[in-house]
Amino acid sequence: MTEDGREYAYFLGCITPNRYPGIEAATKKVFKEFGIETKEMVGASCCPAPGVFGSFDLHTWLPVAARNLAIAEEMELEIYVTCNGCYGSLQEADHLLKTHPHIKERVNKILAKFGREYKGTTKVNHSIVILHDVIGLDRLKEKIKKPLDDVNVAVHYGCHFLKPREVRGHGSSETPYILEDLIRVTGAKDVDYKDKLMCCGAGGGNRTADTPQSLEWTRQKLVNAIMAGCDCMVHPCAFCHLQLDRGQAEMNKAFGTSFNFPILFATQFIGLAMGYSQEELGLDIQTSTMPEKLLK
Amino acid sequence: MGTLYEDIVAYGGEVFGEEHMETLKACVQCGKCTGGCPSGRNTALRTRKLMQMALLDLREEIFNAPELWFCTTCFTCYERCPKGVKTTDIIRTIRNLAAKEGHMSVPHRMIGVYVLKTGHAVPIGPDQMKLREKVGLASQPPTTQHPDNKDQLEQVRTIFKSTNYDVMIDFDWDTMNLRGMEKKEGKK
Repeated sequence: MTEDGREYAYFLGCITPNRYPGIEAATKKVFKEFGIETKEMVGASCCPAPGVFGSFDLHTWLPVAARNLAIAEEMELEIYVTCNGCYGSLQEADHLLKTHPHIKERVNKILAKFGREYKGTTKVNHSIVILHDVIGLDRLKEKIKKPLDDVNVAVHYGCHFLKPREVRGHGSSETPYILEDLIRVTGAKDVDYKDKLMCCGAGGGNRTADTPQSLEWTRQKLVNAIMAGCDCMVHPCAFCHLQLDRGQAEMNKAFGTSFNFPILFATQFIGLAMGYSQEELGLDIQTSTMPEKLLK
Repeated sequence: MGTLYEDIVAYGGEVFGEEHMETLKACVQCGKCTGGCPSGRNTALRTRKLMQMALLDLREEIFNAPELWFCTTCFTCYERCPKGVKTTDIIRTIRNLAAKEGHMSVPHRMIGVYVLKTGHAVPIGPDQMKLREKVGLASQPPTTQHPDNKDQLEQVRTIFKSTNYDVMIDFDWDTMNLRGMEKKEGKK
């Protein structure tokens, strides 16, 4: 345990460790600055993706998610995630298993085949909630070394961080505030833009079902942010990051556009304001490039 | 097999609880779901129509509708429905029933192949291992794909076998790939 008694199991999922390790590195670095220790979840799998496996077979989705939860329970730690897909999947599974004893019983019969059990003793946290509520805005502010005063930010929430609100518990899904607070703490300005709460287009198997069509959502999202004068987009989801960042290369190829709009995970943005270099945060190993304004 | 409504309540009910699924009956076709649907701007998806098709027992029509797969599960309609219809979970359940009857595209079935092979829907490759090292991380995370964790991967496979997911996507354990892909593709 650390000085302030905060230690978490980091549920990595797929996109963060396997496509955008900068998100993993940035989150571990920022958390460590505040004495928050990360433990690896040995043997964790895909969450599995709630809109994808939830769409194909909910009866497979639930025990796979329960197995991941059981790993954290065995570590006697709460979980944190850096992807709304992982959040959506694990938090929803935890909610269903905690509120439906007969479903829990059925799932545990499957987990018993390899000696595991879901007990309901962990909690699934999103990393941005740890930033906002556990570390808190005051402590964050103390560590800001390079205020991003003249940066206009388009906040993108993704879907499964806020919705369904009965499971997520972050208040109204139409008037969120957590990311906006985190942006302001760095000195930057969060700018309202058309359809700010719109989905990136990737979820629910839509990206796989029809990639160009899913990119059309992304195109609309980015154009709306650019039209509102935003310098970059900040979000809490590795899967959105893939669609918004790599999607720019895919759009430029498919539609003949020339997008190069900076996309940052929340801890990468805060990491820049705390004085980390873009190399330390893995912002130099993705599709969109960071402008001088963010790096000065 | 009952009516589509009965199947939705029974199958989805085992995960979400039956009351959750029975909200489908409360749909008054007001269209608020469709008005706010980001997919509906770009695709033929009309959530109101899907709800009505489900209630009218139009099983084959709904299972064969390409737009059934254009919902990103963003939950906007779910949040806004004035009658409390659990739209997104109803759509996911209809997709489950469609998949069980063979209405699943090859790319969607391939996601299952990746998980059965590695435990990840998006596995790591050599290039990404180098990226991890560049930001000071171990070349591979200690997840199911790590060579030290084969027993952990086996647990995930056990779950998929116990629910017959491998059978649903026609997975061949000998080749660790889809069986008869060309044939299935031609049928679609």
